[in-house]
Amino acid sequence: MTHPSRNQAGAVNTRTRGDSTDRPGTMEGFLERQFLQEQLCLIICGHSGVGKSTLIGRLFWESGQIDDDQMAALHAATKKYRHQAQKPDLALYLDGLVDEREQGTTIDITYKFLSTHKRRLMVIDAPGQEQYTRNMVTGASMADLAILLVDAQAGLLPQTQRHALLCSTMGIRHLALLVNKMDLIAFDAQIFHHIKSTFETFAAPLGFESIIAVPISTTNGVNITERSPLTSWYPGPTLMGYLETVEIKQRPSHPMVFPVQWVNSGHQGEKGYSGTVAQGTLTTGDEIRVTASGQTASVAAIITMDGTLASARAGDAITLHLDREIEVSRGDVISLSQSPLEMTDQFEATLLWMHQDEGMAGRGYDLKLANQWSSAAITNIKYRINVTTLAHEASKKLQLNDISVCNIATTKPIVFGRFDTVPVLGRFILVDRLTHATVAAGTIRHSLRRAQNVHKQALSIARPDRERLNGHRGRVIWFTGLSGSGKSTVANALEVELHGRGMRTYLLDGDNVRQGLNKDLGFTEADRVENIRRIAEVAKLMMDAGLIVMTAFISPFKRDREMAKELVGPDNFIEVYVSTSLEICEQRDVKGLYKLARAGKIPNMTGINSPYEAPDAPTYVADSGGASVDSIVQDLVNLVSRE
Amino acid sequence: MNSHANHHKHDLMHSSPRCRPKIPSYLKQLEAESISIFREAVAEADKPVMLCSAGKDSSVLLHLARKAFFPDLPPLPLLHIDTRWDFREIYLFRDVLAQSSGMELLIHTNPEAVANDINPFDHGSALHTDITKTKGLKQALNKHHFDVIFGGARRDEETSRSKERIFSLRSRTHRWDPQQQRPEPWNLFHARKQPGESFRIFPLSNWTELDIWQYIYHEEIPVVSLYFAERRRVVVRDGVILCVNDDRFRLLPGEEMVEKNIRFRSLGCYPLTGAMESTAADVPGIIMELTTIRNSERQGRTIDSDEMASMEKKKRKGYF
Repeated sequence: MTHPSRNQAGAVNTRTRGDSTDRPGTMEGFLERQFLQEQLCLIICGHSGVGKSTLIGRLFWESGQIDDDQMAALHAATKKYRHQAQKPDLALYLDGLVDEREQGTTIDITYKFLSTHKRRLMVIDAPGQEQYTRNMVTGASMADLAILLVDAQAGLLPQTQRHALLCSTMGIRHLALLVNKMDLIAFDAQIFHHIKSTFETFAAPLGFESIIAVPISTTNGVNITERSPLTSWYPGPTLMGYLETVEIKQRPSHPMVFPVQWVNSGHQGEKGYSGTVAQGTLTTGDEIRVTASGQTASVAAIITMDGTLASARAGDAITLHLDREIEVSRGDVISLSQSPLEMTDQFEATLLWMHQDEGMAGRGYDLKLANQWSSAAITNIKYRINVTTLAHEASKKLQLNDISVCNIATTKPIVFGRFDTVPVLGRFILVDRLTHATVAAGTIRHSLRRAQNVHKQALSIARPDRERLNGHRGRVIWFTGLSGSGKSTVANALEVELHGRGMRTYLLDGDNVRQGLNKDLGFTEADRVENIRRIAEVAKLMMDAGLIVMTAFISPFKRDREMAKELVGPDNFIEVYVSTSLEICEQRDVKGLYKLARAGKIPNMTGINSPYEAPDAPTYVADSGGASVDSIVQDLVNLVSRE
Repeated sequence: MNSHANHHKHDLMHSSPRCRPKIPSYLKQLEAESISIFREAVAEADKPVMLCSAGKDSSVLLHLARKAFFPDLPPLPLLHIDTRWDFREIYLFRDVLAQSSGMELLIHTNPEAVANDINPFDHGSALHTDITKTKGLKQALNKHHFDVIFGGARRDEETSRSKERIFSLRSRTHRWDPQQQRPEPWNLFHARKQPGESFRIFPLSNWTELDIWQYIYHEEIPVVSLYFAERRRVVVRDGVILCVNDDRFRLLPGEEMVEKNIRFRSLGCYPLTGAMESTAADVPGIIMELTTIRNSERQGRTIDSDEMASMEKKKRKGYF
């Protein structure tokens, strides 16, 4: 076989298009071959200009999988974008966007599909420039293995190391280091071995299960699909040989994880729980547990449109029917009852920051893990990983393309797992609350809660039973407003009225909380958040006991009230804004606090030197400056009885 | 001609032999991925809809939607953007498809196209496509306030599609901004958005043309007869074989209608869709043909080549 011209990167000329030699001639032959095919997903990465797009173009061309009209389009595109070029530029096969073609650089990932006689390859081309690294995350997350290109003349660059670190962080366990442009160093084995061992030393802490190195030349087609006499000193496989034989990672077989994606109402009202088995095996008759509620049931049937299945394996998209009615909704995660899953609301994670807006400790985001959504905050940035030395560096913020280790707290407990053992429950995204942009990808290292093996026990008597006995529903009425606005006055009057009507109530205020449960807390920002969290948790327990709970705290920040609302559940949460103005509160100054604050003796006094964020859409606005306490109480009684 | 008409009627729903070899595991993987995308997107949607062009990808998409929500019906309507220039067989098949699915079928035609009788012959492919398809689609989406829109586009079809996410964010004006795509690591999709924005969802993103036909074969999915080779009345214009699908077709001076054994690989408005000469009269025939063919799927779609990077420009304007 003749080699194409080497005078231009990525160009091909004299050789006719490659051809698969093993095209099956009959339908039977075809079906047999297809049945044995396995899917392999790979990402091609490396710094800008190292020849990624050219490599893929050549891989497809040598495999005979660039069609004639695509080749003609390549000719046309080469003429338009590469004026001086004489031959089609194979890199243009990959760079599909106008901006990419004009700039001659890959901006976003490209997906291409290549069928060999053993495997169906999904090939993802990653951008090389540092500014576009975040676009690589999507591709790397799906890949079984990474192909990392280095320039034989340049050796390892920071971008090479960044890509190796990112691939490892996203869970890729197999890597092929392709040392490209060997033709420019006269196919020198020593340089190749030096690059190989330097990389292996660098990558040792990254946890790859296998790393191979292949000397190649994309312009000359060396060791891509065919071995070359120019590298007779190299005993290993060609790139294609490697891709056809490398072992593909299997999903963990234990524990079984089934995140519920969708609730199917069914023909006869028999509810079905739809989702994809993430790992493990689920068999008809198995006893399952809904992790958050602790409720158990047995699998009555595994339904698909093709009929019922005796058992479902990892990757199967199914619908479950259970033997009895229990509460299951989207976001729940089902396990086998003998191998329960864990929950947490605080964990340590590796975060890949993917947005130009910086991330900071204390800032709140929406977190999605499997099908679970929760509010979450970065509580502590522990360190950033230096991409070239892998050293831990102190860091106060998360910047675009940073890989950092952080602590994260969610407002409600979520089902989780460690990324390395239960991948589907150990990976998540953070979403900005305003723009809804996906700002970070994260992997869980471990929980920060000790009680990991406490699995929720489903109790015989539940909230509806207690509510039935009480004759009314449990509720949380959350009063918010400035100091002296009249929160306690209104809450107290409301409790008197409800109590008089035979309802079971409790009022949580500063006196009974700060002096006991929260007496260890001061007034720093972290303590303030913890104060509200504990109040919300206690209110939730009391509500679960069937009580109507009133809380009377300034709770000046929207984010904290949102956290409380999410903990308690939006349907149970009545937000009452006592809207008395600062002027009136200051005139009243029942406790003399405003005077002290004005004299500079109280730091962080809400309304004076610390902001009060009024609710945007409270359930009820109590204007104690205008309306009488009686009429407010009457309105609130109506609100509680109506719901 | 009579025998043709009869043949069409019988062959509208292609039926295949019963006994099927076992489906390859990677096709089951693709199926499961698509089902999961359907469930996730519908769960996160306010008002979802599925586009239905009645081509092979629509047939497969609908089949997967039924699997995703079985035993329930898929909880979303079908939407056909009618350019008034689809093949006759497409209109018939569309109605059969919708009826057998049990789902609601919405049909929208841009009234501007009707009022001005926009057509490919007088107005050219670019203007015709912009008004009847892109504008028509945007009108229908605005009218019904759909926020999650399923389509059958695949990454292997065309170069700009190979760059697109599975959950593809569109602006208030339905524009695609390829520089601002959201990351979707580990298929952790989400459909949260600002008011007025929407998502195009592509459950078939990772399927190739060959995968689609193998799946049709294994699952015995009905597809419109236009994919199967048959003698049809055609005109060869600038090397493109155009089917004379009805009497609105205009012959240029000197042009002559001839009969050829042809089929289609990809379907659009009939005057803008090139056929290929073929003898592949059933699904196995098509599969065997695809394993040796040297041209890509959308080669016959003249709207792709009306200018360089044509599809990207159309997508940026709101086309699928």
